[in-house]
Formats: sequence, C-alpha cells, structure tokens
Amino acid sequence: MEAAAGGGCGSGPSLLLSDGEQQCYSELFARCVGAASGGQGPGPAEAARVASGTASAAAGPVADLFRASQLPAETLHQITELCGAKRVGYFGPTQFYVALKLIAAAQSGLPVRIESIKCELPLPRFMMSKNDGEMRFGNPAELHGSKVQIPYLTTEKNSFKRMDDEEKQQETQSPTMSPLASPPSSPPHYQRVPLSHGYSKLRSSMEQMHPVPYEGRQPLVQPEGTSFGVSGAKPLRHQASLIRSFSVERELQDNNSNYPDEPWRITEEQREYYINQFRSLQPDPSSFISGSVAKNFFTKSKLSIPELSYIWELSDADCDGALTLPEFCAAFHLIVARKNGYPLPEGLPPTLQPEYLQAAFPKPKWECALFDSYSESMLTNQQACDLNGMEKTSVKDMADFPAPTQDVTGDDKQALKSTLTEALPKDVPEDPATPKDSNSLKARPRSRSYSSTSIEEAMKRGEDPPTPPPRPQKTHSRASSLDLNKVFQPSVPATKSGLLPPPPALPPRPCPSQQPEQVSEAELPPQLNRAPSQAAESSPAKKDVSYSQPPSKPIRRKFRPENQSTESQEPSTAVGGPASGATVKPHPTVQKQSSKQKKAIQTAIRKNKEANAVLARLNSELQQQLKEVHQERIALENQLEQLRPVTVL
Amino acid sequence: MAVCIAVIAKENYPLYIRSTPMENELKFHYMVHTSLDVVDEKISAMGKALVDQRELYLGLLYPTEDYKVYGYVTNSKVKFVMVVDSSNTALRDNEIRSMFRKLHNSYTDVMCNPFYNPGDRIQSRVFDNMVTSMMIQVC
Repeated sequence: MEAAAGGGCGSGPSLLLSDGEQQCYSELFARCVGAASGGQGPGPAEAARVASGTASAAAGPVADLFRASQLPAETLHQITELCGAKRVGYFGPTQFYVALKLIAAAQSGLPVRIESIKCELPLPRFMMSKNDGEMRFGNPAELHGSKVQIPYLTTEKNSFKRMDDEEKQQETQSPTMSPLASPPSSPPHYQRVPLSHGYSKLRSSMEQMHPVPYEGRQPLVQPEGTSFGVSGAKPLRHQASLIRSFSVERELQDNNSNYPDEPWRITEEQREYYINQFRSLQPDPSSFISGSVAKNFFTKSKLSIPELSYIWELSDADCDGALTLPEFCAAFHLIVARKNGYPLPEGLPPTLQPEYLQAAFPKPKWECALFDSYSESMLTNQQACDLNGMEKTSVKDMADFPAPTQDVTGDDKQALKSTLTEALPKDVPEDPATPKDSNSLKARPRSRSYSSTSIEEAMKRGEDPPTPPPRPQKTHSRASSLDLNKVFQPSVPATKSGLLPPPPALPPRPCPSQQPEQVSEAELPPQLNRAPSQAAESSPAKKDVSYSQPPSKPIRRKFRPENQSTESQEPSTAVGGPASGATVKPHPTVQKQSSKQKKAIQTAIRKNKEANAVLARLNSELQQQLKEVHQERIALENQLEQLRPVTVL
Repeated sequence: MAVCIAVIAKENYPLYIRSTPMENELKFHYMVHTSLDVVDEKISAMGKALVDQRELYLGLLYPTEDYKVYGYVTNSKVKFVMVVDSSNTALRDNEIRSMFRKLHNSYTDVMCNPFYNPGDRIQSRVFDNMVTSMMIQVC
C-alpha cells in the first residue's frame, strides 16, 4: 500500500526515500492511519481504504506524531504547509512522507525547505509519549541506539550512546534530549502495553535494518558502558524474560529527572513497586527479609549467581544476612539496572545507601494495617518460600508480632520492636547459613543490624506518614486468584443476623493468626439460620479467634451484636465493647432479615463453592510444588552422598 | 606485608588463595600446603574445641629462612594461613592477630551472603579488596 502510494501520488515534490526511510515512513503512516481509522470507521472500511491506496492519516494522530518530534510549533506549521497537507486538506501518503522528511531535516538543523528533503537525511526521531500509537524508532544503521523511553529506568538511561559520532546527530540530539528530562505524566500502567508491544514490533521490524536498536539503556554516566555492544535482541529478550519472571506488571516509569545523570536514583514508582515486593515477601516493612527468602526471590531474576552475590554484597550494608527495606530496595534497583544492561558499580552509589533511601522517601504505607497483604501474600508466600523450619518459625514469629498491630499505637510499636529484637537473637544463632563462629564475632555484625532496625523504627515513628495510596492489586501472589477478602466481604453486609456456623473448610494455613480474619468474615456469610447447636460450637471458635487476635475485636464486635440468636449474642455481649447501637437493631428488623437471609444463604453457598474450587486448585498446585521440592531434595542428598567419600581424606 | 594469604576449608582444600604476584606463586602454594600439617597438629594438641578467640590464633606455625607462616583456625575448622616476609621485623604478634581478625570478619561477611554456598571458592570483591589492602599494607 505504502509503496504504491508513495510512488503513485504525483502531487508535491518528488521524494527519494532510502529503504530504511521507506520502511519507517510507511510504518508511521500505517500507524497514523490505523490510529485514525480505528477511532472512526469499522474494520473493513479501513482495510478498503488502506488497500485502495488513498488512505489518509487523520489530523489527530499526525499532529500528535509531529508534536512528538519535539520541534517548535511554528516549524511544524511550516512543515505542514510545505508538505502540501494544508493545500490538499488531508495527509495523504506523499504529504506524510514529505512532512516526515522535513521533520528529519529540521531535527538535523537544516532549514525547512523543499530543497532540504532532497539530500540524504537520517530518520526523524519522535518521543514516545503516552499514546499507544507513538513511535519507537530506531535510527538507521549509522546511528546506534534509539530514543525510546523505557518505563523501567530513569530518564538518563534513555539517552544515546553514540558509537560513531555524527556531529549532525549530536547537535540535533542535544535539543531533543532536554525534553527527555520532562517526565511523561501518563499513569504507570500505561507503559506496559506499549512496552511489550514495542519490543515485539521492534524486534520484527527493525532488526533487519538496525543492528543495535536497543531502547536507550546506554548510560551517559558510565563511561565504560561496555554493555552497550550487546545486540538489541538480547536485552529485549532479557527484559521480556524479566517481565515474565517477575510476573508482575511493571509499574515503573522514567521520572524524577532531578539528576538526569544518575541511573541509580530510585524513582517514586520504582520505590512503590519495590515496597510492594518487599511486602509480598515480608508483610512487616520494618522487619527484614532473611537471606534465603531473598535469595529465592532474586534468583528468579535469572541473573548469574556471582552477579547476585555481588549485588548482595553491595546492598547488604550491615552484612547481617538479611535485607531491611532500604537494603532491599537498593538490591532490587541494582538487579533491575543490571538486567537493563548497566554494569554493576564498584561501590554502592550514594543514592542507594540505606540512610539516603530512608531519608529521601518517607514510608507511608506501614500504618495501614496491611490486612490484605497479610491475608493473601503472607499465607501463600510462606508456603511458597523455600524456607527451612527455623526460617519459617522466625518469619512466622515476625509475622505474628506485626499481625496484631491494626490500631498502631506507640506501645504496639515498642512491643513490636522489642519482640523483633528478641526474635533476632533467637533466629540468628540458629540460622544455618551463618557459620558457627565465636560469639564475639557474631555479636559484632548482629549488633549492627539491631541498631539499624532501631534507627529505622525511630525514624519511622518520627515521620508523619501520608495517607497511603490505594493498594495495588496483588496479582503476583498465588492467592490473588482466591482473593479472600473479595470473596467474603461483599456477603458480609447482606448478612445481618443469624448464627455463626462452624468455620468453612479453609485449608489449614501455617499462620493461624492470619486465618481468623478471613474465618471471622467467612463465618458471617453462611451464618444465617443454622441450628442453635452450631452456634454453641461457633461461639467457642469465635472466642478462640478473638483470643488470638485481640486488636481485631472492633471488627468482630460489630458483627456479633447483629446475630439474632440469643446464645451467640450472650457471648458477644459478654465480650462487650463498643457494639452499642447495633444491638438494638435486630429486634425490630427480624422479619425483613429473615427474607434477606435466604438470599444471603444462597449467595454465600455459591461463594463458598467458588472458594472451594479455587482452594482445591491451589491445593493441587502446592502439592505439585511440594513434590518437586522433594525430588530436588532427594537429588541433592544423592549428590551429597556421592561427594562425601571424595572429600574425606 | 603478607606475601600470601590463604583460606582453607575444613576438608583441607583451598577456598581462597592469593599471593603477591611478583613471586613464584607455586612456592607459596606449596608452603601453605605443608603448613596444613602443622595446623592439624596444633589443633589436635588443643584438645577439646574451645570457643575462645585467643585459641583460634595459632601463632607462628613454622619459620623458614625467608618467610614465616602464621595460622588461625575458626570454629568451623576453616583455616587461615598467612605467609609473611621474614625481613619485615616490625611485625608484632598483635598485628598478626588483628590481621587475622579482619580476615575472619570479612570471611563472616562472605558467609552472610545467601548466594554464597559454603565450600565454594570465595569470589567476593569485598573480600578481595580487603585481602589486597592487607597484602600491600606496610610493604
């Protein structure tokens, strides 16, 4: 279509397009046409238009594209005039190509004239903006690298590394690089789709012309920048695998260009993402991730072990074998940087130091009790993580301690801190990873971690946390499909009365403290109109639940007084509390609620069935994992047996 | 001033060995190897394993005409062997002890790295840097 159109239309100056230009322009044109007609006509009409060769790009996407070229407005006006679109009234293929050529000329610093397009010009460059149809262009073979923004990294990484210096290009790049500093304001998730789309497109379309069309990961900062030479397909594949391996939607964007030369600066989105990941491994942000947990997590990034080992060395500042939140963020950031091709630094960059990270970003989300994360990710990740028994108990201990802190008072935090520090000496001496060195030596590194946690906690308390942003979807945890809160909560308002039945058949989780929360909410939906005998069972269960989680009483008390059965009401009133006005309600509203109950029962039954199915699936998955782990263990033991006679001399 | 530093695992294979490059490295390797016998002798002479840092330091293992060899063993039977130049008379026992302590600390830090499997060769850059600093310390 494009070739025919390009050669066909006679209006306008004659164009001499190189092959590369031809391809780029046609692709751009197709995109503009597609974007235009996608909004306008139906598919077949578009195809017919395209096939007939008289396709015209609508003004909208074309204007966007031109604006993305970062040329001043009057230049764009000139270009539009010159190419004949104004005259003709639309952007036909010829006009479009002429315009693109003029843009390239303008970007190269040549005056915008018809004569400019006669000479050999590089391809025009466009900033990738939030629109999906915008360009990710590689430059022709003279230039290496392109200017597409990567959502991961900060802006400086999008600059070029120019292998062969073309002065012209360098000139034109400098004015276009400053716009890079202005961060696009699109929401983070926007970038995901164009990112993967762009990769595939790039790979398919550009590889034949561009040997190294990698999107601007070349750092300006690192002069050695040797990793630049890697072919474009490889880092693309890496990134695709990174996306897959982490299996989380990348919500990072290149913002925060206060220091555009620093690739080691963590942006806000990145930091949030890291914090979420941290919480998925360890619900309490004030605690730390043990070594083996972190090892399993970071191994998923598919970096080599020596590199991961080095990253750990860099980021674990106090060398205690565990990562606190800033250490974790630093490590994660280093991994991300490494995956994107940055060589690892010799020392920890100043922007990744734990003190700097703590000071630079307040930690807002700790105060929101994180019930969601506790319930979902904590349970599954405890099972998922390849922890030995001690690690499990240690993590559980730490999880149990933060669990009660829904109403976060200063006292709770004190208790938390003291219990954490108590848990530490318990945990650490039995950690099989650390050697059994003398106590004095061990005390030295351990004390460092103590002091660091206390400092962090003091700092945390001192800061006034802002309101937490809405919690992102925990799509990476396996229980997200279950999403217990969503399963059980909506049915709760419907059920205002009835007895508490025995808890539904939730599989026994290793952390009982987390379970009762869902259990309590789960009790309520199917609670209606069961036999009174069950109420007796349920109330002791309820009591156990309430006992194991005292601070959650406010939630439960709200529901309990709404029970209609006297038996269950007695214990609830015996528990007492600020249930107050709810107790008065059940009496007048008995008849209404009885009709609601049936519906509620049915919905509850349905939801329970769904939950059952999901849990059964989860169970089978976990069983399979368990089998695999067993096999691995057997294989390792065999290996060990084989090796043993060799080493004993 | 130490011309050679070696970390030997419990099973008497080297985890890390580094010498000053100007010398014939094989000679140092041989020295370290022979010193292992002396280390074992001292360990067995100690009787019950006592958790005391003072006894982790084995002291001068044996002197040759050019070099002196010092030894240090950890609780997990990982041995540090250090060969120093005999001509350097300014080295006191305390200094050797402090060097071994530093070595031990760095070794612990390497161990803390979850990506390090005990029994692997030590490839930590931090450890390397520390050893390098020790080797060119007072030269």
